[in-house]
Amino acid sequence: MKLELRGITKKFGALVANDHINLTVEAGEIHALLGENGAGKSTLMNVLYGLYRAEEGEILLDDVVQHFAGPGDAMAAGIGMVHQHFMLIPVFTVAENVMLGHEDTKTGGRLDLAAARKHVREISDRFGFDVDPDALVEDLPVGVQQRVEIIKAVSRDAKVLVFDEPTAVLTPQETDELMVIMRQLKEAGTSIVFITHKLREVRAVADRITVIRLGAVVGEASPTATNVELATMMVGRAVDLTVDKAPAVPGDAALVVKNLSVLDPHGQVLVNNVSFEVHNGEILAIAGVQGNGQTELTEALMGLQPRVSGEITLDGKSLRGHSVRQVLEAGVGFVPEDRTEDGLVGEFTIAENLMLDRSNDEPFVKRWNVQRALLAKFAGEKVMEFDVRSQGIDTPVGRLSGGNQQKVVLARELSRDLRLFVAAQPTRGLDVGSIEFVHERIVATRDAGTPVVVISTELDEVAALADRIMVMYRGRIVGIVPGDTPRAVLGLMMAGEAPAGEGAAA
Amino acid sequence: MSTVAPVVQPAQPTTPEGPDFEFVKSWKVTIALSIFTVLSFLLLVVFGRDGTSTMRLSTSSDLIQLPDVELPTRVTGIVITVLLLLITGVSVWLVRAKAKAPIWLIAVYAVLVLIGFLAWAAADKSIPVPGLLFGSLSLAVPLIFGALGGVISERVGVVNIAIEGQLLAGAFTSAMVASLTRQPLLGLLAAMLAGVLVSMVLAAFAIKYFVDQVIVGVVLNVLVIGLTGFLYSQVMAPNAALLNQPPRFERINIPLLSEIPIIGPVFFRQTLIVYIMYVAVAVVFYGIFHTKWGLRLRSVGEHPQAADTVGINVASTRFWNVSIAGAIVGLGGAYFTLGSVGAFGKEMTAGAGFIALAAVIFGRWDPIRATLAALLFGFASNLQNVLSIIGSPVPSEFMLMLPYLVTIFAVAGLVGQSRGPAASGKPYIKS
Repeated sequence: MKLELRGITKKFGALVANDHINLTVEAGEIHALLGENGAGKSTLMNVLYGLYRAEEGEILLDDVVQHFAGPGDAMAAGIGMVHQHFMLIPVFTVAENVMLGHEDTKTGGRLDLAAARKHVREISDRFGFDVDPDALVEDLPVGVQQRVEIIKAVSRDAKVLVFDEPTAVLTPQETDELMVIMRQLKEAGTSIVFITHKLREVRAVADRITVIRLGAVVGEASPTATNVELATMMVGRAVDLTVDKAPAVPGDAALVVKNLSVLDPHGQVLVNNVSFEVHNGEILAIAGVQGNGQTELTEALMGLQPRVSGEITLDGKSLRGHSVRQVLEAGVGFVPEDRTEDGLVGEFTIAENLMLDRSNDEPFVKRWNVQRALLAKFAGEKVMEFDVRSQGIDTPVGRLSGGNQQKVVLARELSRDLRLFVAAQPTRGLDVGSIEFVHERIVATRDAGTPVVVISTELDEVAALADRIMVMYRGRIVGIVPGDTPRAVLGLMMAGEAPAGEGAAA
Repeated sequence: MSTVAPVVQPAQPTTPEGPDFEFVKSWKVTIALSIFTVLSFLLLVVFGRDGTSTMRLSTSSDLIQLPDVELPTRVTGIVITVLLLLITGVSVWLVRAKAKAPIWLIAVYAVLVLIGFLAWAAADKSIPVPGLLFGSLSLAVPLIFGALGGVISERVGVVNIAIEGQLLAGAFTSAMVASLTRQPLLGLLAAMLAGVLVSMVLAAFAIKYFVDQVIVGVVLNVLVIGLTGFLYSQVMAPNAALLNQPPRFERINIPLLSEIPIIGPVFFRQTLIVYIMYVAVAVVFYGIFHTKWGLRLRSVGEHPQAADTVGINVASTRFWNVSIAGAIVGLGGAYFTLGSVGAFGKEMTAGAGFIALAAVIFGRWDPIRATLAALLFGFASNLQNVLSIIGSPVPSEFMLMLPYLVTIFAVAGLVGQSRGPAASGKPYIKS
């Protein structure tokens, strides 16, 4: 089926998310939609899927104008979508999720689960998936959940299938498998729209590439274009894809973690007997697919996890069992994974957010009074230093873009005297310009002699920053390897396979 | 090295499938059991009473007459305390051995405590067991209807604090309509309608205007209390003969079933409303877990956006299901005036709606479990009635606390971290 979007314009208040976008996807082609975070790709696809109503423009399928009042209409017309945040009900089984919305029933209104199971098995077999129709979705790994999403779309005979940032949650191996599935779908005649900001994947699988920036189409590119060409189109200026950093000069071991384990309330072991060291002046990157214990490990370091056993010492002093305040006072700086949820108070101003973890005593609080003048001066300096673009230090942080929000977090954490810097997913959802900035600051912190721990699910980031790489899988350390380890090896490690030869037991 | 067989097997995870588990020791159950054992020891042994406690198992109208059970009060107390001590010991051993105390063990413990307490309270007196249970069911009926409505409403994603208001509105309307028409069935319909109306106000504000659901619910309760109170004193009470003397439903004895010892008199010599309740519990359970309606309802309460993306209209699903919930709760309100009391009284629901809400949570948003929870609360209320009638040594003010104590301990202690519908109470706002 041929899909055509003509002059789609979508506004959110004053913000123009999509500005007269034209896009044509021919039947049986994989069309990549390339753009930075916030360029308007997801908005466009939500318009296509009937979730948003566009102010202007029309959608055509096989040259027939469509009017979608909601996702139901879009689905009926043959449009399917694999959402970035899976649209699955965690407490339902796979079969229930697949049947939801077009359920078959038997007499008495009883759900025909047997038919749904059979349907799931048929589609699984067609694509070579191994999916148990009776498994609860919340128990499945994210890679499998994504396959459930694909089954869901295929079970409704989708002729146009939209993949919205599908590789963000996958291991490199799973990404490769997804590419195979996309080609399979294409051969079966399905048109595919592949939304991403990862250049390598686009070049690997796309037939045609449309680049959008700031809500408008910048142009088309061919899959043979180089990374630098694509990146330049995407960002609008020449970008440096590598991080300039001198070789590390590691000092003494600063952070020493021994036999650390973290349990959840039900006794599941989230971090399993983990031991490692981080030296002064080096960056240890913790790589792994989301949900393999990295989050819990950082939270344990910060004193945010209640059920922790083992030892954590910083400069010889124990950190385990201390309150978050004590950990902060020991000189640990922390960039949390989810800045809007854990890093900032959206309703507070930039200035207030900058003093958030120093609200107990001087210099910002004297005799229970916030020192507004001092804070304003401090905030003014930091906003300059970290290039936070805003209307002023009294702007609520919630109104800033993701990149500027992250700069506020960094400014707060790096303006204290640090003995350890922990940054979890420091560039998640940021534009290329902000990524460059954040990476530079992290390297600068290392060069100042501070031990740095970076947790990232993006292999590009790990490779760019790390002096040493520690890979986690199911709460365990698969191995600690040098920073220049090839991607292929890291990919296997992220799937749980220990690296060959030395380094495995490091 | 040369003897080693070639091992080339990529992509095999080094760890076995499935997450690792470690037992988290929890002394919560053991501590609770210990406290109750000590209390039982004090009550049954230290302050033990002499005499004989009689339990009557049959009513005079039963075909099959069971003999009365006579227990020597002090000996029963001692035996039960010893058994409680044993179970507490077992639970200590279980935690040591890294195992969880099975639920049946806790149930046995609770039954033993209950028997011990009843025997102690009824020294030289007799307790009519069928009467105790019959009254429990009667008190539980509005709670069960309320809890069913609560389950549906929360499962679809709307927190229903207004159960109390819906019960009261149902009670008032059914009394008025049934009195005017002399038709209890019409009263029943009117009660459902009243419940639906209260629900629709809640639904409109919560779903269309995104007002905080808890606040709307609380305000609705106060509104209904005020409204029915005003109408009662200004309109109903002065014309009580015309407006507040509804005909009540007659008790219907189900042939055969009503002659089963103990169970028959309790469950099968009831009014129409109670039989409707049995059907409602079964239908709601089947509906929620085995039909298209239930699947869609639960999906909306768990992940409204996911439901939306497969073409389910979240707002209308929520609106109509909250309305259905209101109709069910309204039936519970009618039971006050057409089933048990026989006339409307100011604020006659007396917090039943909130206990029903507790039953929803104690029952973990499951219609059957919520019904059992409501029965437990009904039992606690009626125990207090029966004991004050036979003249127990416990001060009646203390006994009045019993149902609420049971509620608090049940919800706080036994449920712990239970997980409700993920999107319950959260408005679904589309841009």
